[in-house]
Amino acid sequence: MRRRWIAPSAIVWLLVAAAFFLIPLIATLLFSLRSIQTGKCCSGAAYSLIVHDHQFWTTVRLSFLLSLETIAISLLLLVPTVYWVHLKLPRLRPVLALMALVPFVVPPIVLVVGLLNLYKGAPSWFYDKPYGFLAAAYVILAFPYMYFALDAGFRSIDLHTLTEASQSLGANWRTTLTRVILPNIRVAALGGSFLTLAIVMGEFTIASLSAFKTFPPYIQVINEGQPYEAAALSLLSFLIVWAAMLALLFVGRGRSRPAQVAAAR
Amino acid sequence: MAYLELRELRRAFGPVVALDGIQVELETGEFLSLLGPSGCGKTTALRLVAGFDRPDSGSIVVDGKDLTRVSPSRRDMGMVFQAYSLFPNMTAEQNVEFGLRIRKNRRAARRKRVSELLELVGLGHAGKRYPHQLSGGMQQRVALARALAIEPRVLLLDEPLSALDAKVRVQLREEIRRIQTQLGITTLYVTHDQEEALSISDHVAVMSSGRVEQLGTPAEMYSAPATPFVAEFIGTMNRLEAVVVDGERGEVEHGSTRLTVDAAQGRTRGERVLVLVRPELLELEASTDGGAAGENTLRGEVLTQTFLGPVTRLKVIAPDAELIADMSTARAAALPIGSRVVAHVPVAGTRLLSLSEEPASDGQDRGGR
Amino acid sequence: MYALAFLFVPAGEVIVGAFKNAHGGATFDHMRQIVHQPYLDQYWLTIKISLITAGGGCVIGLFVAYAAIRAGTPRFLRTILSTFSGVAANFAGIPLAFAFIATLGTIGIVTTFMRDHLGFDPYAHGFTIFGETGVEITYMYFQIPLMILVIAPAIDGLRAEWREAASNLGASSFQFWRYVGIPVLLPSILGAFILLFGNSFSAYATAYGLAGNSVFLIPITIGFYYSGNVLSDPHLAQALAFGMFVVLAAMMLLYIPLQRRSARWMR
Repeated sequence: MRRRWIAPSAIVWLLVAAAFFLIPLIATLLFSLRSIQTGKCCSGAAYSLIVHDHQFWTTVRLSFLLSLETIAISLLLLVPTVYWVHLKLPRLRPVLALMALVPFVVPPIVLVVGLLNLYKGAPSWFYDKPYGFLAAAYVILAFPYMYFALDAGFRSIDLHTLTEASQSLGANWRTTLTRVILPNIRVAALGGSFLTLAIVMGEFTIASLSAFKTFPPYIQVINEGQPYEAAALSLLSFLIVWAAMLALLFVGRGRSRPAQVAAAR
Repeated sequence: MAYLELRELRRAFGPVVALDGIQVELETGEFLSLLGPSGCGKTTALRLVAGFDRPDSGSIVVDGKDLTRVSPSRRDMGMVFQAYSLFPNMTAEQNVEFGLRIRKNRRAARRKRVSELLELVGLGHAGKRYPHQLSGGMQQRVALARALAIEPRVLLLDEPLSALDAKVRVQLREEIRRIQTQLGITTLYVTHDQEEALSISDHVAVMSSGRVEQLGTPAEMYSAPATPFVAEFIGTMNRLEAVVVDGERGEVEHGSTRLTVDAAQGRTRGERVLVLVRPELLELEASTDGGAAGENTLRGEVLTQTFLGPVTRLKVIAPDAELIADMSTARAAALPIGSRVVAHVPVAGTRLLSLSEEPASDGQDRGGR
Repeated sequence: MYALAFLFVPAGEVIVGAFKNAHGGATFDHMRQIVHQPYLDQYWLTIKISLITAGGGCVIGLFVAYAAIRAGTPRFLRTILSTFSGVAANFAGIPLAFAFIATLGTIGIVTTFMRDHLGFDPYAHGFTIFGETGVEITYMYFQIPLMILVIAPAIDGLRAEWREAASNLGASSFQFWRYVGIPVLLPSILGAFILLFGNSFSAYATAYGLAGNSVFLIPITIGFYYSGNVLSDPHLAQALAFGMFVVLAAMMLLYIPLQRRSARWMR
């Protein structure tokens, strides 16, 4: 304790880790800057090609809208549920927590196989549209992250006192929830939302198997024929995750840390 | 020659000087407490003795051997921490056994010693329990047994009772003293609780801002504090600021009141002093209206009464000071809050401290061991 | 309700589907099929890669996390590491696969560097990023950060007092780890191992982007049979998915008694 200097072995480990994590990123950056004709450094051609590819914009837009939809559905479903469970049915909390763990255990590849089979006969507005089928699947993927973030948020406030105080002042249930509770769990909800954003923007398995053209499958298509553009896209996608994580860190500052792991598949 | 010696220890953390050259000696089998408010350096001193930290200068000597540069694992010192120091993955028995296992003692001998020690701390029945199944007091008993198991040269205790309930605290501190006396082990004890230090130590060293203010027996500390800091820290004390007016007769002036105190004899006229009076020595009586207050008295009004069982503590607001007096609860009933009282300052039994000197500079010399 | 419709029913559907033939009748044909070659080898390969990356991720992640958390390491390094781990643990799938192709692929930056400047061509020595080792190295990129994230709170929970008490009682640093540090961390390490195993076992996108045609992992085969144009056989895919359930369940069955044993001091 109160050691004055950093231990030498700690330096070694941290350096090794830094090297392992940074080299692929730097390599990808250098790779993306290679000229498409000559294979030599340095040219921004790959980036300009991407920016002018309208497919890039449509897929990014689709992924982004999907993540917004997923976040909206998740919040609408989970906020009242978690609120109610915390307030009235605390016995159900372990049950809910267990349910939230199931998506961890069921591999996405299995999930998508089951979902596709089950909803084959569903009306086409649902089955054939990304905003229907895919969003529904993503809500399941996001469920654990959203649930644990909200659960932690609700645990950190004195729900009973707040609710009772609000009602004793004449507010009804809806006013209580929107005016009193929501502002207090905003940070938790935001944390869960950014994680969800990161997940949906990077989700490949379900999108590709159900043949929707979101951002990750687009990278894969590019990947097969245009290596330099693919490198540029990979970096962009990395930056999206970074942005989400930094936003998470920023909103969570000074509070208990929200969960930080999304689906690393 | 002293058995354990802390010689001129200095330690600074950046700009903060935690220890400013402290010097403490313990005889074999002695129980000494380092007492002081938080941040006074007492824990730093203990950590230096245990070897968890190195002093910037000075040395630690045990039985004539300089241990300053020896690693903690070779010092043979048993330490009891504030709390939560038991290894959570081991039962009480295994915790006590740990040091012996490291020393590769024979299994049968280990078993015997462990059960002896658990008996000694009164936990013979709880050996198979894990730390989280034990109460705080029981955990600290196990920690004590664990520290004693290696037959340490010195026993170090770092506020071992501070995390416990008041009742357990009193009980356990008596037991620590009993075991320490029984084993005759040299012990260095760190605490911020003056009652605790005074009740179980052979000697007490009061520390403040990295220095030892005074070192002496508990009785000396209580009756003859050497510095204003010690006077304030040990027990409750009335402090009357005054100026010596007559060194021959022992007269001082406190505000506009003249007081005669034996301790002022021989002081030079004009010297600024602090007259220290224990609350139990201050006599209160109801003031008779108009009449003269009499010799050596201060007038005041009862501000609060605090019931402490057999005695009641009264706070009295006087023109130039706030006084605290302890009196029997029966008599205190006659002096309700708001009543006017006269306080008699005793001629003998008070202490005088000079205010013109730097408080800490000569603390040790005047401590009188 | 929602969870029921989109989570449990699909999972059940897979299990039921695994026992159906092309016409909807009950059959064990597919089950019989998946316990034969080449699927047995594929299961074994998937399990092997998962075990290796989970084990490696646990060990390396543990050391790195400890290096960042131990006394003496400046606090800002720790913040950087945990944020970065949050990113890297989520940076998986196609982009990750491509980042490694750009690094260690045939014309990757590191490969060319080694070939041109160190005179060592990894591809001449049998290495390929599109092979098993390549997949393992790539998986490490999200396994190690995941380990760091899940184990950091446990390492934080190691109290300085335990270290000091141990050294006070005469234990060396090694003895401290042997008798106290590792046993105390063990339940968390086991839990993390299971998480990492599952993470790697069900990874699809990364392997697909990296080595979709050369390393036959079970998730890839499932995807192949499900969406493949030529060889589509959804029921076989379901049977294979059911097999994944079985493997994960078996891991859990191994894990629970181990966890119980290692954490008996907690109850």
